[in-house]
Formats: sequence, C-alpha cells, structure tokens
Amino acid sequence: MLGPGPVQAAQRVRTSARIVIAGAGAAGLAAAARLAAQLDGARITLVDARKEHYYQPGFTLVAAGIKPQSYVVSTTAEYVPGSVELIEERVAEFDPEGKRVVTDSGRALPYDYLVVATGLMLDYDAIEGMEVGMIGRNGMGSIYHSPAGAAATWSALSTFADQGGVGVFCRPATEMKCAGAPLKYTFIADDHLRRRGNRGKAELIYNANNKALFSVPIVHEKVRMLFRDRGIRTNYDHVLRSIDLGRRVATFATPEGTVEQVYDFINVIPPMRAPDAVLNSALRWQEGAWGNEGWMDVERGTLRHKRFPEIFGVGDIAGVPKGKTAASVKWQVPVAVDHLVADIAGRSSDALYDGYTSCPLITRLGRAMLVEFDYENNLTPSFPGVVAPLEELWVSWVMKTMALKPTYISMLRGRA
Amino acid sequence: MKELDPMVFLAVFQEMLGPLLWVLVLLAVAGVAAFVALLVKERTLVSARLVRAELVGLLGGVLALVLMAKVSSSGFTDAGGPADWFLIALVFGVGLAGTTILAYALGGWWRCRCCCARRT
Repeated sequence: MLGPGPVQAAQRVRTSARIVIAGAGAAGLAAAARLAAQLDGARITLVDARKEHYYQPGFTLVAAGIKPQSYVVSTTAEYVPGSVELIEERVAEFDPEGKRVVTDSGRALPYDYLVVATGLMLDYDAIEGMEVGMIGRNGMGSIYHSPAGAAATWSALSTFADQGGVGVFCRPATEMKCAGAPLKYTFIADDHLRRRGNRGKAELIYNANNKALFSVPIVHEKVRMLFRDRGIRTNYDHVLRSIDLGRRVATFATPEGTVEQVYDFINVIPPMRAPDAVLNSALRWQEGAWGNEGWMDVERGTLRHKRFPEIFGVGDIAGVPKGKTAASVKWQVPVAVDHLVADIAGRSSDALYDGYTSCPLITRLGRAMLVEFDYENNLTPSFPGVVAPLEELWVSWVMKTMALKPTYISMLRGRA
Repeated sequence: MKELDPMVFLAVFQEMLGPLLWVLVLLAVAGVAAFVALLVKERTLVSARLVRAELVGLLGGVLALVLMAKVSSSGFTDAGGPADWFLIALVFGVGLAGTTILAYALGGWWRCRCCCARRT
C-alpha cells in the first residue's frame, strides 16, 4: 500500500526541458511533485481548469454516511509545487506530431515531454433518461458523480434503509474507476438495512455487466460467497441502458434482450471513457474496445506511449489492464517519472510497473477486505500472514478510514 | 508494498496528525526521560506508586481504544480475525504503557517537589 519512498533531492538532474502535465488530479499532481523534486531547471507546467481537488477514494465513505462532503474536497493549488506553473484551463487538443497541447482558450503549449493525466469522463449521457440533477431524488443515487452527488446519494440510501423495497446495484460494461466501489456500496446498503432492522423488508439485486463480479477470479469467488451469505441476488450480463426516473424503472441489456427492473433505490454508475481531447487524438488505442473508449496506448510496464516516446500516460487515462485507482497512480507515477528523468539524463531506467493496485473492499461498516493484485491476477498482499487479503477485517477498515487519505495526500506531495 | 520506507511512514503520520504528531512524540520522549531520570534519582521502583500508575494506565488503554473507535468510525464488535485482536491489543497496550510511564513519572516528581518544598 505504501509506495516507493520520497524523492531524494540529492539526485536532481539539471535540465531546461519543457514538461507539460495535462491534468492536475491525483496522477498529475503526484507527477508534478516528483518531477519538480528530481529536476533542476525544468519548466514544468500543469494544465487543469478545475480549482477543487477531489479525494475520490473517499466518495464511497461520503455516500455511506460515514464522512461529510467536506472530507473529499480541497484545492488543487495547495498541492502544486512552488516551481511548477499551474494554468487553470482545460486541454482542448493534443498535437503529438507538433509536440504541443492547446488549451480551450487557444493557448498553445509546446513541450519536450508530455505527461497525460487527464483522468476519465463519466458518460451519463450514454444512459437514456438519466439526469444528473436528479441524483439523490426519488431513489436514484450515483456515488461517482461528485462530492455533492455522493452526499445526495447518501440521503437517498438512508431513506431506502428506513423504508426498504428493491435496491438495484450495477456497473458499466466499460473500463471503470475503482471496480470495487459498486460492490462496496451494495454491501454498505445491506448493512444499513440490517442496522435499522429493515433487511427483511428489502430485496437487493446486483447486476454484473459480464460473467464476473470482479476481474480477479479468486476475488470474484469470495464476493460471490459473501453476496450469497448476505442474501444479495446476482444477475450476470446485465448492463444499464436506460432509466425512467419518474416511474423508477431501470432497463438493462442482457443476452436475451432488454429487461425492465423496478427499483426503490438504484446506484447509477455511468459508462466511462477518455475525455474528448484524448479520444479525438492520436494518443488513444487505435483499435478494439479501448480504442472506442479512447484510453491511451501506453506500454503497460513503463506507461510510455507506444508511438510517441516522449509522452507518458498515467492514472485513469492509461490504457492498461488493471486498476483505475489511486493505488495504481501511486505505483505508476514513480515508474513513468523515472523513465522520463532517465531520458533527460541520458541513461536508461529499468523501473517497471507490474499492475499493482489495491482495493479496500468494504463488506460492511467496520470491516473490509484489503484486496491487492497485479496485471496477472496474482494477489499481492502487503502484510502477508498478518492481514489476509480475502478476510473481512476491522484492521482493513481502519486503514481505509484512517491511513488512506494521509497516504494519498503524501503521494500528491511526492512524499509517498 | 515492495519496500517499507520509514520516511513514507513519517510522511503519512505527519499528514494524519499534523502538529499533533510532534506533540505526541515530545510527550512520549519527555515522559520516558522523566521516568528514567526518576529511576536514576531514586535507584528503585516504588511499588505502591507503580500500582497506582498501572491503574491510571488501564484508563489510558481504554481511552486509546475509545479514541481509535471514534477516529475510525467503527467499534470493536467489528473485529473479525486475529489481526484485529492484535491491533486492539496493540492500541490498548500502547495506551496502557504510555499512561503508566507518564503517571509514574508525574507521581514521583510531584512527590519529590512536595518533599523539597517541605524541607525548605
């Protein structure tokens, strides 16, 4: 869980390279901190229009009623290293042949090296009938939308936990941010119902998008058993296509055709894809589902772009097999930065990202499974023999609620 | 976690506790120093004072557990395996030992001060 150590100032490389970092979320800020610490004289520019910084791993806790909305909101500026320029504009265009990015005001930023950390786009429009302004109303929640959306989802869930009825949970068929969160929220709903003595009045349904609950087979099996134990009905190959917010009916695409599902509470998780600037550029995968969704075509071990070696893609935008999570960011960024700095210094780097990511999978309020794995679906426990990865433990919950945010903030500052 | 870097732990605890981290470190160092200094001065462990300090220590252990439950938004009924019992024992133990040492040192030095005051 804890990442590579802090950057050593003594190893600074002298350079006048122009480095543009597109996106000042977790990956962009962590990259800026590490580059600023390792390079002396580089002109590093961060580009991001959003002034707030969101601690996204905390959205589930806000939507669970455990933490207030303010827990996940801070400002981007407070994490930007002093030597780094922050341009508060959105990247509108990537021009990898011309080695420049263009902002939405038309400002062109030439670069020698580019780090793409734009994050991803929540494609709510792809669900017919969905209106984000309705989140929190009439039994519809969506924990991913925003801090306010997560808080509004909690009010909808709390009402559901008081009244009971049919609770529907699902995930999209695209690549997605933290694939454990839809499962966590199902467990959280179950626990709130039990604590209020209303579990008997509720039916909980989890609609998986394919034939698995989790991409790592051994974790899928464990979650399948837990769902069985908690009385959560599971459907496979169900993908949310449209929703009637007034009638509270969700329509799912299945191999047998569409299926309508009446709900009293639903957690809508939209399809996710690359932001338009990446999707419409030469940076994306050129074929297959990842091409359609626009994820960046990077080498999975180095995060270096396959066709433009001076470009790296880190965080959610990277088209790699596992984990769009903060834990992935923590391990990806030092690897990409090491390769970038090695290029500048004229040496080679053997830093390799093996796909490590982690998911403190909450299975009830007060307990979680600390699931850590890599590209090959191997479990990679940080505390082997002490914290068992597939055991529901309080210690894992304690880590999620107490240690993760400080670790994350340390990562933004390049100290973890 | 491929490597355990003490500086990473320090950064994380600094982020978690802010200035309170240094207050706690200072308190721990001062408490242990006062305890050791008292032992050197008296050249013995005063059993009656130690028992009283241990009783206060029990309270300290419980307080540490209550604090832990509060900041982690959970309770000890959530313990689900050996690692949890180990953590509970650890938190209680640290609270107990820390408070006992502090209470013993404070009690000892308070008594010395009173004795000195009486002599003058």
